[in-house]
Amino acid sequence: MSDSGIGARVKRKEDERHLHGRGRFVSDILLPNLHDVAFLRSPLAHGRIRGIDIPDDLKSQVYTAADLADVTPVRAVATVPGFKASDFPPLATDKVRYAGEAIAMCVARTRAEAEDMVDLLRPDLEELPAVCDVEAAVQSGSALVHEDWGDNFFLDAVVGGDLGDLEKTAPVIVEREYKMARQVMNPMEGKAVLAHWDDTASQLVVYTSTQVPHSIRSGLSMCLGLAEEKIRVIAPDVGGGFGYKCILQPEEICVAWLALKRRHPVRWIEDRREHLTAGANTREHYYKVKAFADERGKLLGLDATVTISVGAYSVWPFTAVIEAGQAGGNLPGPYAFGKYRCRTVSVATNKPPFTPYRGVARPGVCFAMDLTIDAVAREVGREPHEVRAENLVQPEQMPFTNVTNKFYDSGDYPAGVREAVEKIDVAGIRGRQQQGEPDGRLIGVGFATYVEQTAHGRPVFGAWGIAVVPGYENASVKLTADGGLEIRVGVQSHGQGMETTLAQIANTELGIPLDRITVIHGDTGTTPFSTGTYASRGIVMAGGAVATCCRELIPRMAPIAAHFLQCKPDEVRLEGGMMKGPSGEVPLADVGRAWYLRPDQLPEEINESGLEVVMGYKPGIETGVFGYATHAVTVAVDPDLGQVEILDYVIVEDCGTLINPMVVEGQTYGGAAQGIGTALYEEMPYSPQGQPLASTLADYILPGPTEVPKIRIFHTETPSPYTTHGQKGVGEGGAIAPHAAIGNAINDALKPLGAEVGETPMTPHRILDAIQAAKAKAAAE
Amino acid sequence: MKAAKFDYEAPASLDEALSRLAENGGKPVSGGQSMGPMLNMRLATPDLLVDLRRLDELNGYSQGDGKLVVGAAVTHAQVEDGALPDVTKGMMASVASDIAYRPVRTRGTIGGSLCHADPAADWPSALTALDATLVVAGTGGTRRIGIDDFLLGAFAIALNEGEVLIAVEIPVLSDAARWGYFKFCRKTGEFAETICGVVFDPANDIRRVVLGALGGAPKRLGELEDRLGDGIPGVNGIAAAIDALDIAFEPAQLVMHNTAVRRALRQAFGS
Repeated sequence: MSDSGIGARVKRKEDERHLHGRGRFVSDILLPNLHDVAFLRSPLAHGRIRGIDIPDDLKSQVYTAADLADVTPVRAVATVPGFKASDFPPLATDKVRYAGEAIAMCVARTRAEAEDMVDLLRPDLEELPAVCDVEAAVQSGSALVHEDWGDNFFLDAVVGGDLGDLEKTAPVIVEREYKMARQVMNPMEGKAVLAHWDDTASQLVVYTSTQVPHSIRSGLSMCLGLAEEKIRVIAPDVGGGFGYKCILQPEEICVAWLALKRRHPVRWIEDRREHLTAGANTREHYYKVKAFADERGKLLGLDATVTISVGAYSVWPFTAVIEAGQAGGNLPGPYAFGKYRCRTVSVATNKPPFTPYRGVARPGVCFAMDLTIDAVAREVGREPHEVRAENLVQPEQMPFTNVTNKFYDSGDYPAGVREAVEKIDVAGIRGRQQQGEPDGRLIGVGFATYVEQTAHGRPVFGAWGIAVVPGYENASVKLTADGGLEIRVGVQSHGQGMETTLAQIANTELGIPLDRITVIHGDTGTTPFSTGTYASRGIVMAGGAVATCCRELIPRMAPIAAHFLQCKPDEVRLEGGMMKGPSGEVPLADVGRAWYLRPDQLPEEINESGLEVVMGYKPGIETGVFGYATHAVTVAVDPDLGQVEILDYVIVEDCGTLINPMVVEGQTYGGAAQGIGTALYEEMPYSPQGQPLASTLADYILPGPTEVPKIRIFHTETPSPYTTHGQKGVGEGGAIAPHAAIGNAINDALKPLGAEVGETPMTPHRILDAIQAAKAKAAAE
Repeated sequence: MKAAKFDYEAPASLDEALSRLAENGGKPVSGGQSMGPMLNMRLATPDLLVDLRRLDELNGYSQGDGKLVVGAAVTHAQVEDGALPDVTKGMMASVASDIAYRPVRTRGTIGGSLCHADPAADWPSALTALDATLVVAGTGGTRRIGIDDFLLGAFAIALNEGEVLIAVEIPVLSDAARWGYFKFCRKTGEFAETICGVVFDPANDIRRVVLGALGGAPKRLGELEDRLGDGIPGVNGIAAAIDALDIAFEPAQLVMHNTAVRRALRQAFGS
């Protein structure tokens, strides 16, 4: 391992600008005659639009759906049988279907003036009954989000099927219900888009805070009817994405359209209130789980129903049903059992359109599955971590195809649990529990184990038949005339550290020092195509593509070096950043200078392809490579307040080869912080009329520095046999398990009281309610 | 979220501020920690903001007659940092140190907090427990009003149009005084789920047990106050005193309030 190549703990190149406040985000971009947009948003969750009263003097600055009649609405379809499509117009047409849906846009010289105009508009809305509760939404007679459907099902599907006679024969049957609150992703930077027409290039230039610039270009082309080469999408610095920015946003379409219409630069910068209300779009799952097990707690089968409150529209390109698809497919997780049936119900509701958030369904299924494992363990009277380890896919079974046909490529899952047991010191905690705490609190320990499918491609996304399927990843590398390297990738790095890790891969391949490698990304005008950064695919796909390009560059450089070294090209090898021949060596700078600046020095028979390489790549397996981890947490629960304090937090993770351990740790910390938010704090409550009730960060509680404990991370490395360097994705994993581990720890703490929680966030109110319910039950018995 | 247009003035004296407020019907502001967000969310759309923060009459303190008079524009951070004489055996500094976050404390003021009267804020409950008296100025002169009569409900106070809260009078507690203050928040810096303040100082005739974060003005638990000094009240006595408020709490809320009272009493009388 070199001191800056794969495996090295090098500091992130991008932090230099970020830590000095020199990042350049959309809202840092100023252009002459730039105007600001503010949106009039629906005050109702569900209503018919009878009209909008616009004062005469504002009419040239206000736009409604009628003005955007030539825009094709977003129609995000999946080809799975039974899926119902919904048109998602960028500005509401006949109906509003969630509170916060955009109805009109106002354009002015400043945002404050645009907001003044919004205040003067009078939308005439006829309120309709709001569809908010998923149980009620599926009853006949419910109000309908989309009347032409006849019901509120986006999709009702079943995965697996035959449970045999488990209902009669299973020695142990455990039934539970779980709920995940609706959440808001809350990247530090919200959405932001700035568009202008560039007469020089004859292009519409759209700066947008996105994870997927190339996909956004295709989406804008589709909606605006403008050819792709007429559109350039640039994602400058992006302050977090988490899935919120991997879909085509209605505001992106509106602002792009407005720039075409008005021919001056326009922008819209989402504020936190818009984000919290119109962007409360994820995590809301409801589970009914029945687990069948033997007397030792070994799972024999699982019967489940997952209902997802999908919101009003299907988002492009991931649709309204990918969440359910991921839930049904991933519920069994790392556990090996033979019989499985899962009904997944995707219900249209009058809430913002569901968007996949870091972990995509797996935070929900991990919560349901791992709390169920512990419930089974309690039922059979055994240590939960032992029951968990026994139920996991065992190392000798690898590679393993599970009950939903997921192919787990490599790993030792039980070893991760064993290490976590030791690090969190279960024996010590059990002893402490026997003694009791001096302050009267109850302590508990909990575990959760998950697999993280990463960099999955055609077979997975193709099966859903969505509009954008990730397949072959492209990159380009260019040796510069002075021996440096430019890497261009179509993925976008918005916190993943890819400006550093991709350079580390190139450093390992070519020996060029990190400070001579520049990574360019996020611009359709300068980078090769990629569907973008999501599904934990960056380091596997873009990393693989960069390595492939670097490897192709070597035979391109060899004949040039051979000329200087007076040897045959096949006698030249690259070593330590030098081209070496039998009797000497030349630096890459000499090769670059000769090719670009002094080709007169080169012989006639040189390869004319040059030193700029564009190559495609796909990993050896397209169903994804599976990272995994076990989270273990010790909590103290105050039974008189319902307050939870995290006393210790351990993560044992394996994402294959670590390209940069510090970047992996950063991803893991960040994800875990979000998972702690899911566990204990974050919730967008709704009134029965569908009004979002947490419109500021005083009401929507995010974990802060005092709520996120010191997390102890331990790495294991089981290289994937299917990727260039054994790497697996790791971007989402941290967020998958915290609420499951914390939930199990809380339930372990509450065990003496006979109480159990199963709904996120596990607030003081919910914990006290659970304790009260247990007391009432005990009193009744 | 950008504020609607408004004018801003920072008068040089209290008299000038009072006359501006009387003439123009402006809205007074001091630390701006609540007013700022309300302006940006357009929940408040005043034509004129009159900034009281730098007025001499609202800053600093004076001591005499068994009381400490604290200027209304004194910040939470000043209280926390000991910029005032400690007349409450550390209670006020302790309460101040746990208000929101330090950046809020460096700007937010004791008078602003009382006038905003958020039920979940600290000063309304803590100063009710301390039996503070408030000094209010108008163009016609000043008047004094007990805090129990000042706090009328959620975001509602007994301040007339054009009047300004200029100071808070805190009784100098005796050496034998005891106090307890317990607050529970879902996270550091959040508004409280429950608050209980207890002050017992017979020398000053203060016997107070105050329950806050109720959705309205803080309430005194009279049944417990009557028995303060006779040992720590039992669980049942506390529950009965809270029941006597006749407020319909959710079960979990009721548990939290009981816990807060128990813990505040234990802090006051526990050792």
